[in-house]
Order: sequence, then structure tokens, then C-alpha cells
Amino acid sequence: MSRVDPKDYEARIGHVTTRLGGFFPGHSARVRGHDLHEFTVDKRWFDLYLFSLTGRELGDNERDMLEALWTFTSYPDPRIWNNRVAALAGSSRASAALGIGAAIAVTDADIYGLGPCLAAFDFIGAHVADSDEALLQAATDKLRRERRLGGYGRPVVAEDERIAPTMAKARALGLADGPHVRTAFRLDALLAEGRWRMRINYAALCSALHLDIGLTRDDYECILATIFLGGMPPVWKEHNQEAAGGLFPIPVDAVHYDGVTPRRWPD
Amino acid sequence: MSERIHTRIWDESPDPRSPFLGQNVRLFGYDYYGDLVGRARWVEMLWLLFTGEAPTPDQSALLERLAVALANPGPRDPSVHAAMCGGVGGSPPAASLVAALAVASGDHGGAGELRRAMSAWATAGEAFDRVTDALTDQADDTGMWPGFSPLSHHTAHSVLDCLAALGRASLARRLTWLHQHEPSLSDAARCGLSLTGVAAAALTDLGMDLDQGEALFLLLRLPGTLAHAVEQSGKRHKQFPFFALNDITRSDDA
Repeated sequence: MSRVDPKDYEARIGHVTTRLGGFFPGHSARVRGHDLHEFTVDKRWFDLYLFSLTGRELGDNERDMLEALWTFTSYPDPRIWNNRVAALAGSSRASAALGIGAAIAVTDADIYGLGPCLAAFDFIGAHVADSDEALLQAATDKLRRERRLGGYGRPVVAEDERIAPTMAKARALGLADGPHVRTAFRLDALLAEGRWRMRINYAALCSALHLDIGLTRDDYECILATIFLGGMPPVWKEHNQEAAGGLFPIPVDAVHYDGVTPRRWPD
Repeated sequence: MSERIHTRIWDESPDPRSPFLGQNVRLFGYDYYGDLVGRARWVEMLWLLFTGEAPTPDQSALLERLAVALANPGPRDPSVHAAMCGGVGGSPPAASLVAALAVASGDHGGAGELRRAMSAWATAGEAFDRVTDALTDQADDTGMWPGFSPLSHHTAHSVLDCLAALGRASLARRLTWLHQHEPSLSDAARCGLSLTGVAAAALTDLGMDLDQGEALFLLLRLPGTLAHAVEQSGKRHKQFPFFALNDITRSDDA
């Protein structure tokens, strides 16, 4: 990317230039060169979402695969950290927009969510053409350097229950044998053979399928922001209807202090 | 998985009347309501929360100057602009704060850039060439140094005023260096020093690490941000810019 000169900023005052379309009050709404309301007559919301984001009209099987990847990780469980934000917001009688928005923000995480997914996307994308030996070497180098490998291993349990249904769906849609999916499973097998007890998790498979479908890293980052969305509104709603403050009340003795001993504030 | 929260910040004793009533609350060992309230100043409390220790008078003096300097980034700042979008549409203050924090976290003009600038200031030493090398190492993908604004070749007078005011604090080291070398540094950058660069220098002089610096930078900007959002919520939306849109895929622009 080249550097923008101050004069270019001056040329941008007061308007935005776009290829995406926009809102023309009382006249129309447009998306990437189409009238939105005409273009979407026979389309599903997810078609529009993907077209607006990527500029591509994906095949039905690709769209169904990507939608399934949202579906299979939409867990309405208020314990999961990002969902818990929405649930606590509901329990505290904060608005759904704020609770769900904040839950999405928290998905920008390091040990789950965007962090491992983007790391897996980068790694599998960079090593898809590697031999088994080179692939394992790259993975072990990364593990030794960073002590983790996005897409392999899992913070709560080792096995990932989303792998089997996702692969079943991918096989049914003819998308189970792309080069990135094969690389993701090659690495799973290589790690299982070695001393690394880290099995493939959803981040690797999800990333590989997005790579095989040809989405860019920016496309993928946007998708990841809301891929867990399906679990958030229901937990907000349930706990908004339960006793106020009733979700995970924490008693005093559930907080363990491990800091310094009592002292006086200096004069 | 643990069923307990582990913390070195908050300590309290149970009250036999209820599992949810606490007493004798201490923060980092200090009696919160018996000692801190009434004796600790706001900036001293901030220092304690982010470092775990009471500040020295010099540390709290510089932090207080920085807190005042960052308290209102002004309505042209993108994070404040985002907050005002919340205010003008009637969104609640919390939504405006969320909007502001999201934008203020960014790698351009936000906490991401602040971290890169702090990294440069902390490692650069005093020699001019070492500083420019450190800034180049932390440049973004267009070659822009952190702490400088691409909007102008010149440093705003208000930024220089702020730099001078912060530089009068006794702990000012990087700030003083920056004040002395700003003209040559801006020439080398081909753009002006920004308030983010000044804040990074102040936080470096305070000895903050990157996480502490980021936390304070995000937090200290919020009072003015919220004030601007609340102000817009009391105005007509037609007084707030909507801007023109040029859809270049459309031949007959509305």
C-alpha cells in the first residue's frame, strides 16, 4: 500500500467515493452496481451478505457451506466467554444491541475466536503446497517459537465435536477435498503421529474451507466477527427474562485474593 | 476449570449475613473505603490500578497533565466522530462509548499506533539517527511512522503547546527530547507530530509498559468523547454532517 499525501486527504473532504453502493433517499438502495431490492428478489440474506462483502456471487454449494460454518458454531451457551457477555447484559437489563455488540467485540480473542482462526488461515494458506516433511517442520517451528498453533488443540477439551458434521456437510456439497482442507488434515495426522498431542479444531477446518472457496483474509476476518452470532441473541433474551442479576451471581468467597498484604496509603 | 476468580487487585472479607455482602475491601493491600477514598486523588487511583503501586508525586503530576491533555480529543477525531454518530441518532451513552473505543483501538491514530510509537520511543535512545531507525522499524505498511499524522506536513500548534506543557513535568525525558527535535523529526517524517506521538512519549516517560499505556490511552480519552456524544444527542440530526456519496458504479447519481 502506498502512502497517502496530505493533498489526497484534502480531496476527500465532505464526500465518500465507493463501488459498494449506498442509500439514495426516496429513490433506491444500491449494492455493487445493482438495485438492492431488484437484485435480491430471489436471493437469501446470506447471498446478499456474501456478495456485498466479497463482490462475488458464490455457488449455491459454497454459500451453503459458509452458512453451515456459522450454524455449526452457534452455541446458545451462556458460559462461553463471548456469549457470557450477551447473557450478563441481558441479566443486567442492558439492551440487546449493546450486549450482543459487546459479545461480538469479545470474539476478537486470542485463545478462541478470531485469533486462532486467522492464525490458521495464514498458516494453512502459506503451507498448502508444502510436502509433509516441510509442513510438519513449519508447524513444529511455530510451536516451539509461539507454544501454540492456531487451529490445533483446544482450550476446554481436546476433541472438537464440530469437525464430523462439518466434514459431512462438506462432502455432501462437494467441498471436502480442496487443497486447503487436505492440508489441514495432513497436518492433523502429522501432529498425531509425533509427540504433539494436538488435534485439528474448528478454526483449522473453517479456515481451510474459506481458503478453498477463495475468500480473502479481510473477507474472512469480517465473517469471523459474527460467525458465533447465532448463540448470542438467545442467551441475551433468556437472561433478560430471568431474575435481574440472576446469572452467575458471585459470592465473596468465590474471589481468591493472591496479592500483597495490607498496607497504608502513603501520606 | 476453576470455579473461583483469582485476583491480586481486590481483597474483601465475607460478611456472615449474606454470601454476597463483602467488607474490609482492599485494593492492592490498601483499605479502599477507609484509606483511599478521601486521601487518594483520581490519577493516583489510576496509577495504582494499572501498576499495583502508589505513584510518586512526580509520577502523579505527569499522569495528571497527560490525563487533562487526552481528556478531549475533539470532534474531528475519528473516535469522537464515531461516538457522536451514537449521540446524534439517540443511542445511549454506553453505545457511544463502545463506538468510540472500537475506533480508538485502531492502528491509525489509535491504541495500535500508540503501542508502536511507545515501542519506538522506549528503544530509541537519544541519538537522532537511532530514533529515526526505531520509528522506521515501527512504521505501518505505507511507511508512515507511528506518532505522526499523514493529514499534514506540519505539526499542529496545539500539539506543540501540549508537548511543551507536558515537557515541563519533572519526569519528562522523551518529551523534552521530542520537543527539542520536533522540527527535524517532522521534516524527516514528511508529516507532523500527532497527539498520539506525544501521548506515547509521556507514557514512556511514566515507565508504562505497552499494555498499561494502551489501557490509559483508551480510558483517558473517554470524558470528552462522551461529552461530545451527549452534546449531539441534544441537537437536530440535520445539523450533523451526512456527507455526499459518489457511487462510481452508478451513471445517474442521486
